[in-house]
Amino acid sequence: MSAYRHGEFHAFEGGGQNYLYLVPSAAIFALEDLSGALLGLLKDRELTKDQIVDELMVRGYERSGIEETLDELHQAHAIALGDGFVEPRLEAPQQPFPLQTVVMNVTNQCNLSCSYCYEYGEDRIATPEGKTKFMSEETARSTVDFLLNQSPGRRMVHLTFFGGETLLNFKVVKSTIEYARTKAAEMGKYIDFSMTTNATMLTSEIISFLAENHVGVTVSIDGPKESNDRFRVFHNGKGSYDVIAPKIKELVTVHRSRPIGARVTLTAQVAEVKKIFRHLTEEMGFDEVGFAPVTTSPVRLYAIGNTGLDHVLDQFTELAEEYLEYALENKHHGFSNVNDTLQELHQGVSKAYPCGAGLGLLGVAPSGDIGLCHRFVDSPAGKLGHIDTGIDREAQAEHLNRGHINTKYDCHTCWARPVCSGGCYHEAYVRYGDTSHANLHYCDWIRGWTDVCLRIYGEIAARNPRYLDRFDERKAI
Amino acid sequence: MKHLKAINRKARRVEEFIASEYGDVHALAQGPPPQRPHFPMGCSLVFSPGWETDSAGGTAGLCQPVERDLYDCYITCFWPAQVPDHFNNYPDWTSKCASATKDWRNIDLVFP
Repeated sequence: MSAYRHGEFHAFEGGGQNYLYLVPSAAIFALEDLSGALLGLLKDRELTKDQIVDELMVRGYERSGIEETLDELHQAHAIALGDGFVEPRLEAPQQPFPLQTVVMNVTNQCNLSCSYCYEYGEDRIATPEGKTKFMSEETARSTVDFLLNQSPGRRMVHLTFFGGETLLNFKVVKSTIEYARTKAAEMGKYIDFSMTTNATMLTSEIISFLAENHVGVTVSIDGPKESNDRFRVFHNGKGSYDVIAPKIKELVTVHRSRPIGARVTLTAQVAEVKKIFRHLTEEMGFDEVGFAPVTTSPVRLYAIGNTGLDHVLDQFTELAEEYLEYALENKHHGFSNVNDTLQELHQGVSKAYPCGAGLGLLGVAPSGDIGLCHRFVDSPAGKLGHIDTGIDREAQAEHLNRGHINTKYDCHTCWARPVCSGGCYHEAYVRYGDTSHANLHYCDWIRGWTDVCLRIYGEIAARNPRYLDRFDERKAI
Repeated sequence: MKHLKAINRKARRVEEFIASEYGDVHALAQGPPPQRPHFPMGCSLVFSPGWETDSAGGTAGLCQPVERDLYDCYITCFWPAQVPDHFNNYPDWTSKCASATKDWRNIDLVFP
């Protein structure tokens, strides 16, 4: 007779309630007394239906209830019957997939020289030599047309301006927004804009323009002066903090039409998460702060080693606990790493690909070359055609076949794969020379962080479930 | 479900799927049946909404005769229409036809 065993899930607790995070469906169920007892019974062993019923009846449960629970757990795939191993299949998305987002690198030039920069630093993969450094208005318009034409069925599309330093080519940003608005309206679509900047070149005129046009702004900044100026320096080595601080204060005061975000790069030298968060929210006035460890080969002096990552996770956890306290009182907390993960957990996102790069999202270089995303523009790796000739469908198909979670053998037994799916293609390329390689150096970190967020999600679900309503609508990328 | 409580949106979808897949006598007693997708399935042998009324009892979602016939004979019925043998020789016959009402012109010709 076939025996029951555990299916694939991650069990966690939050607010005194026990939960299951099912893999790969990413469904979250709360357990009650009997379903918890039944799963406990199957821990590290297999039992037949009769054995399960007998053992639980001894503990005082009714037969009908036990059988009902057995069926429910089996139907939800929390427990499995027999061998039942299913070879994962490659299910590439239907082509052509409509575009949602284009990241436009309006220039590959920058007025800063951050040592860790993936575009200019020691681990750069771009080879822009001989190509144009600033995107022309003509290429920018073609990019807008490309986005609008390649997004059939989508009413809302997104254009992100990026660099280099984006504001070095503000002229093109401005004219492109005007052109894109008109063009989108003609086609009955809505186009949304955002940009990333180092804030060094912000002026009152630019800030007014961004506010009037509802452009979402993310500022790259690494915290207070001593940490920001460690790596974020001008070509002459002078730190950028004193230049950007007053400009950022003006930005967050004047630009109220969209939340203003800060994006922090963590390194071995700059990893004081809580201190940086306090400074950027309370002193600088940012609405949201997101952190990401630097992308680098492991030999660099600023690379964060394993113990460093543990330290970062501890601090992330402390800050996440603070987010929880705020959430229980329905207050806003700007730690966007938690917010973004809770959003995915609430939706039950189960990713076939780590991100939309090469699928719904593309990067466009100043020359018009198309790359997987903004991190791959001007690089031979991840090149996917040109704006004038369209997407190279063959290269795209190869990327999608190789990057699919079911081809990443290392990930097949990991419970965090619905949210991770192997991790960033660029990170993988810098570390392993292969975009489709799983980012094995981050596995413990991803599982640790997902567990923290699940516990917080569970506690909110138990103690203030209405808070989660805000995650009902899927946020557009 | 009585012993598992759906918490996130995906869990609610799993729950709806289980209810529609495995049926549930409790569901009949408790409120309206779950919403299912409407596939107009017509055939000469069985009464199926699609010819006379749609699944909601109205006439807004009635089938489209041309592609309706083709697909019904192909998938759900033994009716001897001239459709290729999709089990053995022409499994990809309709692979370019994702939506019958829109893409039926893309169905391949077959030359045995």
